[in-house]
Amino acid sequence: MKILVCISNVPDTTTKIRFTDNDTKFDAAGVQWIINPWDELALTRALELKEGSGGAIEKISVINVGSKDTEPTLRKALAIGADDAIRIDAEPQDAYFVASQLAEYLKANPFDIMLCGIDSSDYNGSLVGGMLSELLDLPSVSSVSKINMDGENIILNREIDGGSETLETTVPFVAIVQKGIALEPRIPSMRGIMMARKKPLEVKPAVETEALTEFAGFELPPPKAKCKMVDAENVNELVELLHNEAKVI
Amino acid sequence: MNFEFTEEQQMIRQAARDYAERELVKDVLERDEKAEIPWKHIKALKELGFFGMMVAPEWGGGGMDTLSYVLSLEEFSKHDSATAVILSVHNSLVSWGVEKYGTQEQKEKYLRVLATGEKIGAFLLSEPEAGSDATHQRTTGEDKGDHFLINGTKNWITNAECADIYIVVVQTHPEKKHHGINALIVDKNTPGISLAPHEDKMGMRSSDTHSVMFSDVKVPKENRIGDDGFGFKFAMKALEGGRIGIAAQALGIAAGAMERAIQYSKERKAFGKFIHDHQAIAFKLADMGVKLEAARNLTYKAAWLKDNGLSYGTMSAMAKLFAADSAMEITTEAVQVYGGYGYVKEYHVERLMREAKLTQIYEGTSEIQKIVISRALLKD
Repeated sequence: MKILVCISNVPDTTTKIRFTDNDTKFDAAGVQWIINPWDELALTRALELKEGSGGAIEKISVINVGSKDTEPTLRKALAIGADDAIRIDAEPQDAYFVASQLAEYLKANPFDIMLCGIDSSDYNGSLVGGMLSELLDLPSVSSVSKINMDGENIILNREIDGGSETLETTVPFVAIVQKGIALEPRIPSMRGIMMARKKPLEVKPAVETEALTEFAGFELPPPKAKCKMVDAENVNELVELLHNEAKVI
Repeated sequence: MNFEFTEEQQMIRQAARDYAERELVKDVLERDEKAEIPWKHIKALKELGFFGMMVAPEWGGGGMDTLSYVLSLEEFSKHDSATAVILSVHNSLVSWGVEKYGTQEQKEKYLRVLATGEKIGAFLLSEPEAGSDATHQRTTGEDKGDHFLINGTKNWITNAECADIYIVVVQTHPEKKHHGINALIVDKNTPGISLAPHEDKMGMRSSDTHSVMFSDVKVPKENRIGDDGFGFKFAMKALEGGRIGIAAQALGIAAGAMERAIQYSKERKAFGKFIHDHQAIAFKLADMGVKLEAARNLTYKAAWLKDNGLSYGTMSAMAKLFAADSAMEITTEAVQVYGGYGYVKEYHVERLMREAKLTQIYEGTSEIQKIVISRALLKD
């Protein structure tokens, strides 16, 4: 059995976000890039499953659609423990573009389980996983918070409104994973970092695909309003401020 | 000149940072208070490969360069330099010493287990009356034909309890003075070795420090490192590299205090504005930042020299001296930025200040570094 983890290359979550070209492009200058946190957790769970599978899972691969600049992110995934990596050589345009590139690759190189993070921490589109399963005509399960194996059967848990749902399925399928899938991402070991030098990272040309959307403009959220401290004894002042200044009551 | 880190160095630094921020910081205050050895972290850091990270892969190590090691110690020390010094002694003194000067048999027996962290190392040089002056060793290693018989006491031994393998510096031929000194690899469980109680230190409290007593301890002849009489030179060589580790540790302590002081200055208000908007604090931060960056550059350069096979003894002494003194100044100022809160244990900066003090003392005091540096400058 083979597992593929789709990896997005995203800015570090503490990055100060800026835009260029009349606020239509993200300014990547000086940005530290990381594995999308959900994807990193998906990879961690995939590795746990492989380690506990007694050899039934023979390989964990990672894939990314991106330029050469994203290779350090893929190599980090290799250092964490993925067996090999694939980079589709294209600048990602939108979710459809990315899903199409992944689908083309997967039609020729099928996997049993395909894991996608629920969204990427940069654009938060939550689209690639669903689109990928549609393009491949495969079942997909969304909002997966647990994956376990019982022989050939795969048991998935989903967080739903007010409870959780347990599903059983067989391969192949796409799982769109979220919080709970693994406790915390793995820290690569020195051995892992050393081994990553030698693990295969295959670069595949992109296929012709047109993006369905384009960015018209970005806008930063308004700065946080200033905090005003009111003495706990002074309830009247608080009421007056809420009424006249904040105009919420 | 190239000041960029390789992709691998960045990955190693991030791994160390993640571990420090996720794990070390969680129980550091409690361990400091109780002076507890960080067994849990030692185990985890072994699994991650930080013990033996510079040892060549053929011996089971990580094969990483000195700069990667420095970056790791810096990150660990931002949050917990007591754990960092366990690594520093293990890696730069013991593992390096055996790898560089050990025989093939010694490497098979000792380096393999040091490289994986299965066994931890300690370096026993200081004595009650031979700290800075390592030429006058009182601990003897009498030559008994097929073995040495060790008698004496070693002081201030980092890792004395948590280590399994000791490198012990002994006087084997007193008449030859420092040319009669040898370094021996000793299994800690050899009969005749006993430990005095854990020293109750001001800082680095969860790193264990003991006096170690030797009473008729038999060590096979084949455990001597290098030729007869190489011990003093061996110790000095090991300390040259060790100083890079301590410089990195001091640098991390300073960086940890600096980061906390900056953060606090953005949260705390006085006289109606954030304290960093007061020039008294802003200028303090500027001075701290300059010292930190200078210490960083000296330390990285010493590591770079070592990695490039160049002479690094003077630079490592400069790095250790400047980083340790800067760490003391920066942590003291960080406490001042925090004011009363800085004097309270919960906010970490007072602990960093206590830890900084030790970096000016061990592996060669600041004064000894000045002797090393001035001698090098005045040579020729």
